[in-house]
Amino acid sequence: MSIARAAALVLAKELRLEFRSRELLTTTLVFVLMVIVLFSFSFDPTSEEARTIGPGLLWMAFLFAGSLMLNPSFAREQANDTLCALRLAPVEPFGILLGKILANLVFLLLTELLLVPVFAVLYNVALLPVLGRLSLVLFLGTLGLCVTGTAFSAISAQARMRELLLPLLLLPVLTPILIASVECTAGLFAEPAELRMNWLQVLVAFDIIFLAASYLLCDTLLEE
Amino acid sequence: MSSPGKANCAATLGVAILMGIAGYAALFVAPDERTMHEIQRIFYFHVPSAWTAFTAFFVVFICNIAYLTRRDLKWDWIAVSAAEVGLAFCTIVLVTGPIWAKPVWGIWWTWDARLTSTFVLWLMYVSYLLLRTLLPDAEKRARICAAFGIFAFLDVPLVYFSIWLWRTQHPQPVIGGGGSLDPTMRWVLLTCWVALLGVMILMVRQRYRLEKTRHEVEELTHAVEERVR
Repeated sequence: MSIARAAALVLAKELRLEFRSRELLTTTLVFVLMVIVLFSFSFDPTSEEARTIGPGLLWMAFLFAGSLMLNPSFAREQANDTLCALRLAPVEPFGILLGKILANLVFLLLTELLLVPVFAVLYNVALLPVLGRLSLVLFLGTLGLCVTGTAFSAISAQARMRELLLPLLLLPVLTPILIASVECTAGLFAEPAELRMNWLQVLVAFDIIFLAASYLLCDTLLEE
Repeated sequence: MSSPGKANCAATLGVAILMGIAGYAALFVAPDERTMHEIQRIFYFHVPSAWTAFTAFFVVFICNIAYLTRRDLKWDWIAVSAAEVGLAFCTIVLVTGPIWAKPVWGIWWTWDARLTSTFVLWLMYVSYLLLRTLLPDAEKRARICAAFGIFAFLDVPLVYFSIWLWRTQHPQPVIGGGGSLDPTMRWVLLTCWVALLGVMILMVRQRYRLEKTRHEVEELTHAVEERVR
């Protein structure tokens, strides 16, 4: 079975599992919304301030949400040792990891799809003129977050204190993603809006390097 | 005293003498810096500590790869030893930096590219060591930590590049001097680095032995428990 087919099957399984309960999506959604609202107390939320602080706020909220919501990705498999069953299937291990990465990407992008408009309304940011470019930045940033986060979720699922451990492992490593995404988003919110290409390149480089590393290390990550 | 003990003593003595020479050179041989004067002398331990920390983290990375390809636990022991020693040197860098910065820049800390990326590096290796403590099984710990160590090390150039790009867009304090270094200063700097590398190797060796002994004790405890049962 090809990697793509295996990944598609795992993705379908993850999506089915999530849309039966929707617990991961709802909790993440509420969490990000809370961060966005509570952050407004730490500065003066005028439109001028929001333009400078907003991008950072938005990405911090996504990073925190990601480091919390990526945890169940592998931890969920531990309860009935279903990861063992997945591994026994005659598929490439990277197919399993890729399926999970894609599922997490779908979940996090859905959350962003719902919350970026809310953010724009609350902080008076004009979204429509930069919608296409912003989608690209959101996609690349979230991809980097999900690739690294899913791989680290496989790491933390095997340790004690895994809920606390995942953010500790993930957040320092995500520094480049945070800086690059914030800079790209800030460029789009500025007057006049521009896409900062050098930062977009950092995002693409991060995504490629970590996808390649996950491909090379997936046997190790999924081993029992 | 057994011969490995003797060799150990000789190595320790050698490194101690080297450290003495390095300290003397940094305080008395190196010429006075024109604008910063005495405070600049901390630079002879600050910069070599940074180089030594990077060397140690590189050793961690190599050992992580070696463990995953060879599956021999000794690579994991070297990795944890080098990570701990590297973290100690990285801490020295983060402490001596502000001590130097306060009189020279007038502030303890600035979010300058080098400072910030060293801090992020420090955080990554703290989480590496933390991860180790949360994995009880030796083989599993070695494997998982090796994977994380490789991820973390691959991230280092990205962290440096992105923070450098981020900071160069903003105003930042000028790092003293720059340009060429006085030849005597360069020699003192290199002597200090060699001395600190000696300290690093000595400490990694010592820590490696400790880790090995710890593993042997663990194995023996397991064996006894099996026997009793």
